[in-house]
Amino acid sequence: MPKDGGIGDSTKRREDVRFLTGVGNYTDDINIHGQTYAYFLRSEVAHGKINSIDTSAAEAMEGVVKVFTSADFAAAGGIPCGWQVTDRFGEPMQEPKHPILAEGKVRHVGDPIAVVVAESLEQARDAAEAIELDIEELEPVLNMKDALKEGATKVHDDLTSNLCYDWGFVEENREAVDEAIKNAHHVTTLELVNNRLVPNPMEPRVAVGHYSRGTDEYTLYTTSQNPHVIRLLMGAFVLSIPEHKLRVVAPDVGGGFGSKIYHYAEEAFVTYASKVINRPVKWTCSRSEAFISDAHGRDHVTKIELAMDENHMFTAVRTDTYANMGAYLSTFAPSIPTWLHGTLMAGNYTTPLIYVNVKAVFTNTVPVDAYRGAGRPEATFQLERVIDKAARELGVDPAELRRKNFIKPDQFPYDTPVAVTYDTGNYHATLDKALEMTDYANFEARAAESKARGKLRGYGLAHFIEACGIAPSNLVGQLGARAGLYESATVRVNATGSISVFTGSHSHGQGHETTFAQVVSDMIGIPAEQIDIVHGDTSKTPMGMGTYGSRSIAVGGSAMVRATEKIINKAKTIAAHLLEASEADIELKDGQFSVAGTDKSVAWGDVTLAAYVPHNYPLENLEPGLEETAFYDPSNFTYPSGAYVCEVEVDPDTGKVEILGFTAADDFGNVINPMIVAGQVHGGVAQGIGQALLENTVYDENGQLLTGSFMDYAMPRASDMPSFDVDHSCQTPCTHNPLGVKGCGEAGAIGSPPAVVNAVIDALQRGGYNVDHIDMPVSPSRVWAAMQQG
Amino acid sequence: MSKISMKVNGVTRSGEVEGRTLLVNFLRDELGLTGTHVGCDTSQCGACVVHVDGVAVKSCTMLAAEADGSEVSTIEGQAAPDGTLNAIQQAFQDHHGLQCGFCTPGMVMSATALLKENPKPTEAEIRHYLEGNICRCTGYHNIIKAIMAASGQDVGAVAAE
Repeated sequence: MPKDGGIGDSTKRREDVRFLTGVGNYTDDINIHGQTYAYFLRSEVAHGKINSIDTSAAEAMEGVVKVFTSADFAAAGGIPCGWQVTDRFGEPMQEPKHPILAEGKVRHVGDPIAVVVAESLEQARDAAEAIELDIEELEPVLNMKDALKEGATKVHDDLTSNLCYDWGFVEENREAVDEAIKNAHHVTTLELVNNRLVPNPMEPRVAVGHYSRGTDEYTLYTTSQNPHVIRLLMGAFVLSIPEHKLRVVAPDVGGGFGSKIYHYAEEAFVTYASKVINRPVKWTCSRSEAFISDAHGRDHVTKIELAMDENHMFTAVRTDTYANMGAYLSTFAPSIPTWLHGTLMAGNYTTPLIYVNVKAVFTNTVPVDAYRGAGRPEATFQLERVIDKAARELGVDPAELRRKNFIKPDQFPYDTPVAVTYDTGNYHATLDKALEMTDYANFEARAAESKARGKLRGYGLAHFIEACGIAPSNLVGQLGARAGLYESATVRVNATGSISVFTGSHSHGQGHETTFAQVVSDMIGIPAEQIDIVHGDTSKTPMGMGTYGSRSIAVGGSAMVRATEKIINKAKTIAAHLLEASEADIELKDGQFSVAGTDKSVAWGDVTLAAYVPHNYPLENLEPGLEETAFYDPSNFTYPSGAYVCEVEVDPDTGKVEILGFTAADDFGNVINPMIVAGQVHGGVAQGIGQALLENTVYDENGQLLTGSFMDYAMPRASDMPSFDVDHSCQTPCTHNPLGVKGCGEAGAIGSPPAVVNAVIDALQRGGYNVDHIDMPVSPSRVWAAMQQG
Repeated sequence: MSKISMKVNGVTRSGEVEGRTLLVNFLRDELGLTGTHVGCDTSQCGACVVHVDGVAVKSCTMLAAEADGSEVSTIEGQAAPDGTLNAIQQAFQDHHGLQCGFCTPGMVMSATALLKENPKPTEAEIRHYLEGNICRCTGYHNIIKAIMAASGQDVGAVAAE
């Protein structure tokens, strides 16, 4: 049994109280005396040449403080990209400038052109309508394959084409893979689309810039998953503000899912504008504006081929993907279809030869970047769909085909042919668990029962692996990352024994304030209530890289463990002095230091007090105080894995898919708070079901976003979702971090889309329809149309 | 500008508003009650649900002037004066019915209205009632559980975790 409040305990979340009583502190809740309001005038056309911008009428309007255009940012840098991908010919990717406000051209609907800063938001909005724009519309670049044709209109005139990069991985295997596919006993081919999604955390983005002339200091309050990253990117590359003069605060943040990782133009704008007008500047994004300014996710067009021998063992995988970058390179955009996608194409299987080609393309659409899972859902979807199709073609059980090709438990650590080493796992265990939880053995009886009611029942299975705990800095540096990906923690023990932990991780719904405190409580043996977790303010926390890629507990938690170990070691030295014993004999248990084999002991609080009131203290050997910092750089990624099962009923008259049950059997390694882990899986699965059945981002032929609000973009609602059955009892602890944890934030969104689509295809096939694929979202109209042709 | 007055969480509050000022902006910007959130601009998300004269209302769909003279109840008025969570709030914490917390005020206010109308709703009734409240974090599973529990029903029927 876990200790109350310790590791393994489903401790209730401490952060809930402020959220449940309406006293959370989100960025839009921050108002600074004398603040002004910014309103962004955005492009209404997808592609156009700016002939002129006349702001004179707007500037004369009541309440207007200043109207900004790109001319005001001549000295500033562009919004930087944090990852440089090298193409398969050894050349760097094409990297266009991403200005804060449009320079000469607009490149997507929503591209910011000018900003009005006024005394009130209403005045700013009214004045923006008075800005006179002369924009000459150009042909929009929308279809990725067309964009790469000779003579295609270019999104960026100064680039040689719309191709960002043509990436091959592993390039040396290219010919061997071609050969293996040519000589295979059976090849299954699937062409598919991974639909473009809008992340849509419920809190829209907000930024408040506050420059103080008295101290020459800037403060930016922003809805960010990683305030230090914003400070680094914006300070160093955009506005040339040294770190010691720039504070970035990300207070309570209402969800992120990746979309709040990136440094956005609006953050640089409010920070800079605040200095120009010498007043605070606030910008609050509306939801409609979020749809055309938050980075989108996914948007891959892929062909995958899976080769097998006569025993149905996978011999090779070849994939060709077109990945949409949108109009500019968002912070981590180039890394998503490459290093976070190609490296996952081995999945859970022993496939010896793999070649992944990705062409990243500029189009006149909103930039695309990481969204929950980021590259790994795209890899998993292809692989788990093509395996299901192969099983159907071969007439074998999809679960058995997977099991047969799984990496076996005794093969770990396992080097894949796509450059990663899985440290540990047991895929047979999670598969068996999911089959047992879903009573796979009796599915036929359930299918017959549905059939008797005129419904088509389907069973969909997917197994997945992901690379989390991002990431070893030296490795990602070689792959083109322009940052390190360690994490930090400072553990400050106060004189009376309470503790403040300052972490570089950032919680925007994950519950770190609760789980991180559980870890420290467990290590020292004092109640979690005596431990506070502080995050989200660069003036308080050590330099840290923030929260994304399911990295918080695996990397941030590990940093905290290392810092706490330092604390314990020093405290033991102090305790040894107080107890007049040898340090080697000191044991710490339940907040008590004792001398082994004796009844001599001293309490945690007495030791901490001695550290700050060092009257009886080994001052000649030891500094007073009890505060330690650790930076933790992981030696490998972590590899959570799991088996997901979706059971559906399709109404053959309407094509409507109803999810009857969704089951997730995950291996996250050790689990700190099972309640929170289950919640993370629920949320991820809901987003995956959303992608599979409901959500889609649609541009028309002019580049207008047709799904630009919650009226047209189908966000999953309560009545769209089933109850979930989740399990994380199959645990193979991570072998290279101190907690043995793998991370759980993205799993649900990675494993669920193929499970859902596999279930729908299974239902249709059982119903006698010859349908082997439907692109997501598998909406009633798409299902019905497929049935008419099948 | 016109002067309006309303009783908010039992206390009379007054202010000057433009004709176009929405109730949610009056609550947030004039009264400083920032617990009521704005998550969209098409009255879809429900993060701004409050009660006006006992009825659940999306406060982004109502002008502040329309609420003149009304009794308004917001998330800030739900706990006991000493801060003790009410039964619905407590159930949300007990069953992990919230993550980022942004949709939570609207969820609690909608759940409160639901249980007033229907003290023992079924799972399907809860899911249907929450059509106008979007949550991106929880997948709704634990919200449903929390509301079932707050209504005194066994949550075992909703899958174990």
